Amino acid sequence: MASDLPKVIIPREEYDKMLFHAVSEKPAEACGLLGGYAENDGQIIISKVYLLDNDDKSAEHFTIVPEQHLAAVKDMRSLGLSPVGNWHSHPNTPSRPSDEDIRLAYDKNAVYMILSLAETEPVLNAFRIANKNAVKLTLIITED
Amino acid sequence: MINVTICGESKQIKENTAISELLIQENVDMPQYVSVSVNDEFVGRDNYTQHRLNDGDTVEFLYFMGGGR
Repeated sequence: MASDLPKVIIPREEYDKMLFHAVSEKPAEACGLLGGYAENDGQIIISKVYLLDNDDKSAEHFTIVPEQHLAAVKDMRSLGLSPVGNWHSHPNTPSRPSDEDIRLAYDKNAVYMILSLAETEPVLNAFRIANKNAVKLTLIITED
Repeated sequence: MINVTICGESKQIKENTAISELLIQENVDMPQYVSVSVNDEFVGRDNYTQHRLNDGDTVEFLYFMGGGR
């Protein structure tokens, strides 16, 4: 049910980091991880966006480098955060999970963010993907 | 029993627990797509049944993360 889905909150500063990295990696897809925590009401707060290398170095695919994945999770633990999901860019396509994104989404508890650079204005959306089904989450970019 | 940290959480598990057993005990979904690190070192999938955890170990389960288009 939609009402059971968490809202996702990301500070503007962290969003800007993601956007800058995605633009600088274009035409390749950029990717990374999301460190944060869940509030008692289920709201998910993204505290730190991790900018990682795309092992595929491709405009159409991404794979997070396992060693960087582990290093980022270790950093999250040291900051008292948890891995809450990942993000990647779509340089030329909309901000929605592709068939491949859905097929390769194995963590049903993760937040999957997709940043589209296909139009003049970037578009960021967040999703939950479970049982090969993607559901869009409410995403709020905060200014402080 | 031994004390280990699993995905940031302190837990007690039986001595000589193998990684393959831990994946079941922790109800890890689709373990075939999960990499396991122990004390910041990845453990090869072929070693999941042989690798026994020790007191004080830190374990992370990391799902493959990729996609495209």
